Amino acid sequence: MSIETISLSGRKKVVSNKEMTFLERLYLVAIFKGLMITLKHLFRRKVTIQYPEQVREMSPVYRGQHMLKRDELGRENCTACGLCALSCPAEAITMKAAERKPGEELLYREEKYAEIYEINMLRCIFCGLCEEACPKDAIYLTISKELVPSSYDREDFIFGKDKLVMPLEMAKKNAQLKNAN
Amino acid sequence: MESAFIIEKSVVIVAVFALTMLMAMYSTWAERKVAAWLQDRIGPNRAGPWGLFQPLADGLKLFSKEEFEPNTPNKFLFVVGPAIAMSTALMTSAVIPWGDKLHLFGRDIILQATDIDVALLYVFGVISLGVYGIMIGGWASNNKFSLLGAIRAASQMVSYEVAMGLSVIALLMMTGTLSLREISAQQAGMNWNVFYQPLSFLIFLICAFAETNRTPFDLAECESELIGGYHTEYSSMKMGFYLFAEYANMFISSTILAVLFFGGYNYPGMAWAVENWGVNIANVIGMMALFIKLCGFIFLYMWVRWTIPRFRYDQLMHLGWRILIPLSIVNIMITGIVLLRSEIAAYLGF
Repeated sequence: MSIETISLSGRKKVVSNKEMTFLERLYLVAIFKGLMITLKHLFRRKVTIQYPEQVREMSPVYRGQHMLKRDELGRENCTACGLCALSCPAEAITMKAAERKPGEELLYREEKYAEIYEINMLRCIFCGLCEEACPKDAIYLTISKELVPSSYDREDFIFGKDKLVMPLEMAKKNAQLKNAN
Repeated sequence: MESAFIIEKSVVIVAVFALTMLMAMYSTWAERKVAAWLQDRIGPNRAGPWGLFQPLADGLKLFSKEEFEPNTPNKFLFVVGPAIAMSTALMTSAVIPWGDKLHLFGRDIILQATDIDVALLYVFGVISLGVYGIMIGGWASNNKFSLLGAIRAASQMVSYEVAMGLSVIALLMMTGTLSLREISAQQAGMNWNVFYQPLSFLIFLICAFAETNRTPFDLAECESELIGGYHTEYSSMKMGFYLFAEYANMFISSTILAVLFFGGYNYPGMAWAVENWGVNIANVIGMMALFIKLCGFIFLYMWVRWTIPRFRYDQLMHLGWRILIPLSIVNIMITGIVLLRSEIAAYLGF
């Protein structure tokens, strides 16, 4: 077999520049063939997913929006070590550390905590490297299928602690579930 | 002139006008739906059930857009352009027979705005006026793209009108009348002209695509070369008028195709229905038959639009002048020979 006749994909087609016959030059046959192809598509299953009502089936390793975790007592795990910011390839994370004051033991788990913790959702690529880097299990990417809401203002895409930290009720519920188990 | 006659005609005219506008409106909706379906999408479905209020939303949007006017010395012509396009698109519907007649309030109501004996000539005349709307609009826009689009549209429409007229001549030799009403009546039963004049039908169909500036002949507004063509500078409802006129034209040309070649309001068994169910019911069914036929043609327009790419300009002119016109002349000769076969045979001494 010569190299000219081999077709690995099985779709190889030799193009020829031969004169068209009268029937081909009329184009009517070709047009009719084209019409039949589009007609087939008329009855084909539609690929549209109507987003707010229907949600696309996600992969089991899907990574959604971030959350800053609390432990069973509702204390924030994050110690503002900065490893997530360091590991972030998109440089989306920034934070400012602060020292825990006496009387705040129920709010923060360790002596240092993140006073400001911001993720720029326009920069974030949802790679999950922050989650891997975190030594305190503080940040992780949820399986939430909710997408970052659209906005006309760039400021709205910088998510602070108000949007990132796990709600207190959720932490309590998690603790209850853990005790039940 | 008695007042009942005036009332009758006014009702018919208003009904035809309303129908044309409604059809043009819902053609835009249908176009989006058909386009979506042919591309495996769903299409507009948010405004109302199945997106049925989409045309209203589109109209509202067009009305609320800024009314931009380019810096042109022809302000008057700039406004006249879309007005001509729209009015010529609507004028054609006057001579179309929507049904035979209804028998209401003790009088026969003819389902046609006016039955003139040169109806087909009138249609051709009004259609050729439509080119002024595009030409004037493109000229008055004071924009090179608009002008190029308008020139293209004008030359295309003028050259395809020749082939269109010639293709109809073969049909007229058979029918012997220009009145659309009589042409409809002659096709009673399944006696449709398309079976006797398939070539004429094909040429007429192709020319109708070109006349309405639809794909594959929409060179006048081809985005890749001319931005928007003749309506580049138009915005708001003036733009809406141009688009609306295109859909109205599509509706009218579909109707004319159905009337000339597909039997108009006739359907198999109409004579039986008139005898057994009465004139009114038979003609209401007839109107629906015409409606189904013309909807089929409108679907064909859309189907072709989303299948075939645009012709190149020289291909377009080649097709018009060097293929369709000789073909329709040949068709005329064949029709003549067939019509006069006994005379010819006698002359040749068979």
